[in-house]
This record gives sequence, structure tokens and C-alpha cells, in this order.
Amino acid sequence: MKTRLRLSKLPPYTKNAAISYGLVTAAFVIVSLLKAAGMISSSLQGQLVPICCYIIMAISLNLVVGISGELSLGHAGFMSAGAFTGIVISGLLETSGLPEVGRLIFAVIGGAIVAGIFGFLIGIPVLRLRGDYLAIVTLAFGEIIKNFMNIIYAGKDSTGFHLKTNPELGLEATGRMLLNGPMGATQVQRISTFTAGFILVLITLFVVQNIMNSKQGRAIMACRDNRIAAESIGLNVMKYKLMAFVVSATLAGMGGALFGLNYSTLLPVKFNFNTSVLILVFVVLGGVGNIWGGIIAATILTILPEAFRQFADYRMLTYAIVLILVMIGTYNPAIRARLGMLRDKIFPSNKEDPKAKKPRWRKSGKGVA
Amino acid sequence: MIFLSNLINGLSLGSVYAIIALGYSMVYGISKMLNFAHGDVIMVGAYISFCGTAYLGLPAWLALILAIVVCTALGMVIEGLAYRPLRGTGSLAVLITAIGVSYFLQNAALIIWGSAPKVFSSLFEGFGSSISLFDGELTVTWEAIFTLIAAILVMIGMTLFTSRTKAGKAMRAVSEDNGAAQLMGINVNTTISMTFAIGSALAAVAGVLLCSSYPALMPTTGAMPGIKAFTAAVFGGIGSIPGAMLGGILIGVIEILGRAYISSELSDAIVFGVLIIVLLVKPTGLLGKKMTEKV
Repeated sequence: MKTRLRLSKLPPYTKNAAISYGLVTAAFVIVSLLKAAGMISSSLQGQLVPICCYIIMAISLNLVVGISGELSLGHAGFMSAGAFTGIVISGLLETSGLPEVGRLIFAVIGGAIVAGIFGFLIGIPVLRLRGDYLAIVTLAFGEIIKNFMNIIYAGKDSTGFHLKTNPELGLEATGRMLLNGPMGATQVQRISTFTAGFILVLITLFVVQNIMNSKQGRAIMACRDNRIAAESIGLNVMKYKLMAFVVSATLAGMGGALFGLNYSTLLPVKFNFNTSVLILVFVVLGGVGNIWGGIIAATILTILPEAFRQFADYRMLTYAIVLILVMIGTYNPAIRARLGMLRDKIFPSNKEDPKAKKPRWRKSGKGVA
Repeated sequence: MIFLSNLINGLSLGSVYAIIALGYSMVYGISKMLNFAHGDVIMVGAYISFCGTAYLGLPAWLALILAIVVCTALGMVIEGLAYRPLRGTGSLAVLITAIGVSYFLQNAALIIWGSAPKVFSSLFEGFGSSISLFDGELTVTWEAIFTLIAAILVMIGMTLFTSRTKAGKAMRAVSEDNGAAQLMGINVNTTISMTFAIGSALAAVAGVLLCSSYPALMPTTGAMPGIKAFTAAVFGGIGSIPGAMLGGILIGVIEILGRAYISSELSDAIVFGVLIIVLLVKPTGLLGKKMTEKV
């Protein structure tokens, strides 16, 4: 790759982007090797694709919450749209003789497009609102999407594809139900793979990082930082906010399609408010606007609850307590200051002898030693 | 007649939403945070009342008072331990903490009471099941009547409290301008704590009323009514007491009528759809104050 060869000459943001692709690739290679060597437990292996999905969801939500600065509480709705579109497309192509990879590609593209259209249609009204009102409307749309998925029935037979809002599709005997209203999708062929997940994570990273470092991305951030100032220099705030929103929805649809094709059955209620919140927790815990933080938070918070399965009921209770403590620990000004001081003590950043005693309440002890 | 009976059911459900929304709205007004744990306080209130009658053998009204006391304390503890350390750090951090508290309450309830639904005995059992009007064509449950009365009383009480008493005025002052209120000698911490206490007490009342009408009590019972009530608060204009009341009642009526006449599966979608339309026409809700943006 050209970018790698001339790394030192590149502008810093391209360098950072190259480093993040490198890190993701390295993580993928290491996990794949461990998997091949049989060093990953089967429960963790089952988590690999969901982890990729949640990473995609976290990065894409970060585009709205972090870069565009709007709180969205309905991200799971786009995931849902992507997942069920993906399942339908894959189901329709089952008999076409296409290899699994080809079907997955079509499913992911289809899921992304449908979710993107949803994002566009929802974004136009939603982005007219501000702050918490915007948040509640995204929540409302998330619930509406969930509700509609509950009444959609789809099936296919030799006469073609049928889509209705009631179970009487009138399929032929050889036909097959693809979506079954509140029962969701059943007998889905599981064609998602870890490799596909890795590639989609790379694509997501590529899209988001390029947006962040483009003219449009800077405009989006300008609208976030000061709407009035951005308007006064002639930026179309609505347009840029909508752009971030639609791209985010599209990426979420992509992740959703990957997610949907990883399970043999999928219920529409899976994508409820709690899932939206879960993704938001990844973003906030990782640091709003921080792509890497989101990736790490998504990975850890997907693995941890599984790892603590033996604690059964106490698992989610612990999760809740940890969540509250982490939020207080990272955001409380007093605790932050204490932690900063502790860090200075353990890792003195100035060049003095670390063994030298420093006065207790001084941050930089230059000249004391 | 069926329409009338649906309307009454809607008004009754709406009254419960209104009482919850009132708590939401007050807490939002004063601390500018979306308290997603509010719905779970409802659930705790209902469980406490359930335990009071089923295990301690208390009469229903005493169990209700017990629930109110416990929830008031719970609200103050939550505010003090989880939200106060994060005051002034931006709404997102507090929002996630509120979600953490919500998970905590749901899972604690799951451990204590189990996931199997408990059958809640109605607060108004002593009155008999329902009254019939118009030669039995229209039956109205006592629950519906008392829920409506309770909501009206709560609204009158809250309006008087915020407009007449010193504490209520302090509450309004803090929600108007935190800093200026502090300079006027108002103890902001106490006032916010008191708001949470009142909101949680109302949540306990709402929980008992809700479960009197819909008797299946589970750890997740409060989640959806919580979201609906929040919608109601926004619908009516968050921060406004009559707004919360109006929003709650409208949401309840829309939900029940939508379920009866349009589609039972889509009743939630209808509620949220109406919310979206209202917010697009009037971005601060039906009775919300218009906020001017300063450069």
C-alpha cells in the first residue's frame, strides 16, 4: 500500500488513519491465529461477529453523537432495518446459486441502503429539533421501527417475493417465510463470518475517518461546536447534520445486516431501546468522539458479560454498578483531578528523577529535585 | 358506549402517565437531565406495596404509604450517590449514569423478587370490581375512577406547592437559574434532593395505581411506562406541570384509542408518531416555553 510506504511524509491525520487500520488488521490477524491454534474458547468464538457488529455500531453512532454532537437514542432501529433487509435479501438469493460471500455482500449493501433511506427520511424531521427534544424523537423513531418490524411478513415462492402487513401471504406449498412478524426471522442461513466483520469494520473506520478529516467533516464539527457561528459563515447546518446522520444510519444498516446473518433466528424486539442504549454506552464509555475508545469499549463490554456468565443474576447487577462507578470516576471533576495527580505521581512526565520526593500538592515539581 | 369505555380506560392510563410525567418533568426542569431510572422507581414502588400487602399483611393504604416512603428515600439516595457527583458535567454523562441506575434497579428487583410476574392485588379491592352505568352497557372500574381522581389531586397539589410554598418557589428558582438561585441564598443541593424526593414519591403512587389496573408486576414493568411518561412530558412541554398532565392524559387516550380502533400492534408507533408530529409543529411541546437562543 502506498500509504504505508511513505508514512513519515504523510500529514498527521493520514498517518493516524493508517495506524488505526494497521492496529485493527493486527488485532484481526492475532485473533485469527489464536482461533486457528484453538486457543479461543467456543463461547468467545461465537462473540467474534457480534463484537465486529457492535464496533461498527459504536463507530457509526460516534459520527452522530461525537462528531455531529446530537444525542441519538434510536440507533438500534437502523440496525434492525439493516438486519431484516439483509436477511430477506440473503433468503431471496438462497436458490440463485450465488456463493455465500456474494450473498453476504448483496445483503450488506442492501441493508446499508435501506437503513440509509430510513436515516434520510427520519433525519429530515429529527434534525429540525435541538438537544433533548431531538434525543426523544430518535427514541420515538427507534420504537416505531421496532413496531413496524413486528407487523411485517415476507415470504417467497416460485411466483416471487411477497411483502405484507398480515400473515396471509398466500404462499405456495414450496414457498418459504422470510419474516414472520413478531416471530422475526427464522431458519436464517448463518453466512456472516469474522473475516467479513473485520472488512466491514475497516470500511466503517475508513468512511468515518475520511469524513472527519474532510471539508464536510470539519463543517459538521463546526456546526456542533457553534451552530450560530457556523450558520453565519454560510454553512448549511441542516445539510451537514443530515449528512452525518445518513452516513451513520447507512453504516449501522451494514453492521445490522452482518448481525442478522449471524443468527439462525432473530426477533424484532432484539433491537429495542436497550440495544440503542447499549451502543450509546459504548460511545460514552469510550469517550464521546473518540473512535478508538468506542472500539475498545464495544469489545470489552461485549466480552465481559459473557465471561461473567457464571455469576448469573449478579452479572448485570455488577455491570450496572461498574457502569455508574466508571461514569462517576471519569467525569466527576474532583475524582478526575485526583486521578490526574496520581498519574503524575506514578508516571512523572518531567525529566526529574522519579525517585525524588515531590511535594504532595504540586503537579509539576520542576526544580524541586 | 364502547368508545366511552375506551375513552375512560384511556383517561385512566393517561392519568398514570401524567403522574409519572410530572415527576420526570420536575426532575428535568431542575437538573436538566433525562432520568431514565424514573420508570424503575415506579416498579420498586409497586413491589414495595406488593410486599406490604402480601407478606406483611398491611392494609392497602398503609402499603401505599410504605411504598411512598421507600421510594422517596430511594430517590434521594439515587440523586445523592449517582447524580450529584456528576452535576455540571454535561448531560450525556448523567444520562448514562441514569441508565446504569435503571439497570441496577431492574436487576436488583430481579434478584430479590425473581422474574416471574407477581399478581398485584388492587388498591381498591374493597370497593368491589366495577360499577355499571346505563343498564350495564358501560362498566367503569373503580381503579379508573380513582386513578383519575388521584391524578387531578396530584396536579392541584403540585401547582399549589410550586406557586404558594417557599420550597416550591425555591424549586422553580433553581430550575430557572441555578446560579442566581444560589446567590439568593437558596440551598441548591437540598432543593434538587427535594425535587427527586417528590418525583419519586409520585412515582410510587403511579406504580401502585398502574399495577392496580394492570396487575402483572415484573422487574421490567416500569420500563415502558417510564418511556411513555417521558414522551408525555416532552409532548406537553417538559418542565411544565399542566403540560405534563395534558401530555400524559393525551398519550394515554391516544394509546388506548389507537389500540382499539387502528391496530393493537401499532399502538406504540401511533403514540410516538403523534409525538413526532407535535414536536415538529411545536418544537418545545404543547405547553412548553419558547426558548430564545443567545449568540
